Amino acid sequence: MHIKWNALAQTAGVSFGVTVSVVAVFALGILALSRREAALTAREGEGAQSSAGGKLALAGAYTCFALCAAAVVYGLSLIAGK
Amino acid sequence: MEHISFLVAVVIITALAFDFTNGFHDTANAAATAIATGALRPKVAVTIAAVLNFAGAFLSVKVATTISGGIVNEKAGVHPEIIFAALAGAILWNLLTWLRGLPSSSSHALYGGLIGATIVGVGMNGVNFDTVVTKIIIPAVASPFVAGLASWGATKLAYAITRKGRDASTEKGFKTGQIFSSSLISLAHGTNDAQKTMGIITLTLVSVGALPHGALPPTWVIVSAGGAIALGTYMGGWRIIRSMGKGLADIGPRQGFASESAAATVILTSSHMGFGLSTTQVCSGGIMGAGLGAPKGRLRWSLVRRMVYTWGLTLPAAGLVSGGAALLAEQGTWGIALVGAVLVAGSGAMWMISRRQPVGADNVNDVSDVTPVEVTAAAGVNAPTPASTTVAA
Repeated sequence: MHIKWNALAQTAGVSFGVTVSVVAVFALGILALSRREAALTAREGEGAQSSAGGKLALAGAYTCFALCAAAVVYGLSLIAGK
Repeated sequence: MEHISFLVAVVIITALAFDFTNGFHDTANAAATAIATGALRPKVAVTIAAVLNFAGAFLSVKVATTISGGIVNEKAGVHPEIIFAALAGAILWNLLTWLRGLPSSSSHALYGGLIGATIVGVGMNGVNFDTVVTKIIIPAVASPFVAGLASWGATKLAYAITRKGRDASTEKGFKTGQIFSSSLISLAHGTNDAQKTMGIITLTLVSVGALPHGALPPTWVIVSAGGAIALGTYMGGWRIIRSMGKGLADIGPRQGFASESAAATVILTSSHMGFGLSTTQVCSGGIMGAGLGAPKGRLRWSLVRRMVYTWGLTLPAAGLVSGGAALLAEQGTWGIALVGAVLVAGSGAMWMISRRQPVGADNVNDVSDVTPVEVTAAAGVNAPTPASTTVAA
C-alpha cells in the first residue's frame, strides 16, 4: 500500500497557511475599516479638513479585501479547471 | 434512451433520491455557521446554498466519469442491482443520522454502501481495499484535524487583530465575509457531491449499453443531479444545521468566518491534491477549531464524541445495510421490489418520527425549547451539560 504522506502533509500545510493568511488579511481589512470609522468620527468632532488617516485606512481595507477576493477566485479556478 | 429497463429507471430515481438526501444532509456544512451568527437569515442561507450547489454541478464533470474514484472495481461486474442496493443503504443511513441531528458524511455513506453491496454481489475482489485506506480512511481521520487546526489558528488571529477595533463594526464585517466563505463551501459541495450522482447514473447507463463506454454525463443527467441536490439543500436538514451551528460551540461571526474559510480551503486544496474527503467532517472540524480558538472558547464535548462515533460508524453501517440489500436484490425482481419497499417504508417512518419534534427555519437557532433526548452511555460518564443533550432532537 502506497500512502502519499508527502501529499498529505503538503495539503495540511497549504490549507493551514492559506486559511490563516486569508483570515488574517480579512481581519486587517476589517480593522482598517473600523479605524476609518474612528477617524471619520474624530474629524466630525474636531471639524478638521484633512482625513489622510481615514483615506489611508480605506485604501488599506480595499487592498485587504481585494487580496481575499483574489484568493477566492483562485480557489474557484481550481475547482472549475478540472 | 429506449433501452432503459425498469431496473435502470429505478436506479436512476434512487440515485436522485440519494442526491436529494445528500443535499438535505449537507446544507448544514455551508449554512449552519452563517445562520447561527445571524450573517444570513435561515431561508436566505439555504436558498443561496441551493443555488450554488446547482451551479456547482455545472462547474466540472471530471469526477462524474467514475462512481467511486477506484474504490470499487467497476470492471469486476458491478451491475445495476448492486448500485441500487448501495444507494438504498446510503439513503437509509443518511436519514437516520439526520433524524438524530448528527452530521455524518454522505460520501462515506455512499462509499460504504458501494463497498458492502459489492462485497456481497461481486466478492472481496470487487473492492480495492488499498484505495479505501488511502482515499477514504486516512483523509477522513486527518481532515477534521487539519481544518480544526487551521480554523483554530485563524480564529485566534482574527480575535487578536481586531481586538482594538470597534466590536459592532467588526462583527458586521465578519458577517459580510461569512456570506462569501459559506458560498464558496456550497459551490465546492455542488461540484463534488452532485458529480457522484451523475457518475452513478452515467455508469448505470453505460453498463446497460444505453451510453457508449467513457461517455460524459448527458445534459439531462447533469441538470437532474444538480436539481436534486439543490432541492435537498433548499429543504434544509434543519436538525443538523442546529447541531452544527448551535450545538458544538457558541459561534460568533469571527469564528464563523474562520471556520468556513478553513473548511473551504481544505476542501479545495485536497480535491486539487486528489484526496476525496467529507465536506461534513471538514466543516465540523472547522467549527470545533473555531469554538476552541475564541477567548474563553469551549466545546460541547459530548456532542463532539457522538459525532465522531457516527463518523466511524457511517462506512460499516451503510455497508452492512447495503450488503443486506444486495443479497435481496440479487434474488431477482421480487428482491428488488422488497428492497424498494423497505427503502420507502423506512424513509417514510423516519419522516413521520421527525414530525413529532419538527425543526425548521423558524426555530433552528432555538435550542431551549427542545426536549432532551437520551444520552449515549459514553457521554453519560462525563456528566453532559444540559445544552449538549438538547441538540440531537
